[in-house]
Amino acid sequence: MRYENSILTTLKLSDSETPTPRGLRTQDYMKTDQTISKQKIWSWLEEVIDPEIPVLNVVEMGIVRDVRFEDDKVVVKITPTYSGCPAMNAIEMEIDKKLREKGIEKFKVKTDFKESWTTDWMTDHAKVKLKEYGIAPPTETDSSDDFLTNLKGSQKIIPCPFCDSMDTKLQSEFGSTACKSLYYCDGCNQPFEHFKCI
Amino acid sequence: MSTFDTIPQTKQEALVETLLRLADDRLIHGHRLSEWAGHGPELEEDLALANVALDMIGHAASLYSYAAELEGKDDEDHYAYFRDDIDFKNIAMVELPKGDFGFTIARQFLFSAFSYFLYQKLIDTVEDEQFNGMLQKHFKEIKYHLRHSREWVLRLGDGTEESHRRIQDTFDEIWMYTGELFDLDDADREAIKQNVFVDVTEFKGEWKELVNSTLEEATLTVPDYDQYMFSGSRQGRHTEHLGHLLAQMQFLRRSYPDAEWK
Repeated sequence: MRYENSILTTLKLSDSETPTPRGLRTQDYMKTDQTISKQKIWSWLEEVIDPEIPVLNVVEMGIVRDVRFEDDKVVVKITPTYSGCPAMNAIEMEIDKKLREKGIEKFKVKTDFKESWTTDWMTDHAKVKLKEYGIAPPTETDSSDDFLTNLKGSQKIIPCPFCDSMDTKLQSEFGSTACKSLYYCDGCNQPFEHFKCI
Repeated sequence: MSTFDTIPQTKQEALVETLLRLADDRLIHGHRLSEWAGHGPELEEDLALANVALDMIGHAASLYSYAAELEGKDDEDHYAYFRDDIDFKNIAMVELPKGDFGFTIARQFLFSAFSYFLYQKLIDTVEDEQFNGMLQKHFKEIKYHLRHSREWVLRLGDGTEESHRRIQDTFDEIWMYTGELFDLDDADREAIKQNVFVDVTEFKGEWKELVNSTLEEATLTVPDYDQYMFSGSRQGRHTEHLGHLLAQMQFLRRSYPDAEWK
């Protein structure tokens, strides 16, 4: 889907002196001379797994927003899921590692705030994988959110990811990670986590 | 923009000042909340307070990093670790010691309710795309904080005799620190003129309405709004508590400036 509009742009990686990011020596770089496409980079990014939800990759999570070429540099734009998500640094490092491993010399991973991440960006396939993993996936966010008159919170019923029972209740809006809340299923007497809809 | 008597001149200076003021409130509040990690009254609340702390420190980090970018500084850590109490622009309410669970909840409720209206207005006003994007992100999380703290105000106020008494005492005690939420100084006025901040007094009525209705629902008495109100923190005149907090928060970074996680 995301690839439809991406024209096969080519990028010639040069052998010229590379600015050295923190903590790395110039000789740590792999020197390559090849032609790569944006599509190729997107597919490499799909190999980067979210460290806190290891069944999803950072592309299907909607964390990677854009891949572009600026001069002779690859720029990967990412956006945080939650402001204080401790996984963001790890994700940035993983992307860094992946690109290096694929022989990209000049790149920049940029955190962008212009668009605010929403669970609506998560692909349907990702939601299925979440459920299989035991996390109740997010439902569509409610844009007609009249927050002040509905301060009691969402009355949405979240089905249990294990037994599909609708007989569930919210235990706490805050769970083991910033993106999840805690539920309990009275159908199968199991606690479970729900990916918050934001 | 590091001394308390400097008034921003340009739009960029005004934007940096606004970013730092917002960030300081959130960093210091977040730090106070983080003191609950491992000490919450029950597991769910331990997790909740740690989550809210993480959000607020995250809000501060994004605002600081944007300020650093605008000021051409290497990274945002400078603001958090290498400024002294006189340079911090946070209001006094957020630097007060964490107190008991009720105190933490009352403060969170008053501050989150304020943030809710503030962010709503800011999102409508701020043109800068990066800043506005951050505000939208934070706003989603503020709603969770407000809902969480409000529910606890209801539960504690309308709970046992002891919880009612203690949360009432807390509101009475913290009340004199609510005035600063709506104080405006010359730097704020400049920022408002430059469209990077909003006139907070415009939503004071809405804030009061939400606070009053919540306290009433919680069977609590709303303290007197016209009592003596503490002021001056945004100009660097803090309570003694901030110095102690900074000593703890900044110690490692100042003693070992090049320390790294290995």
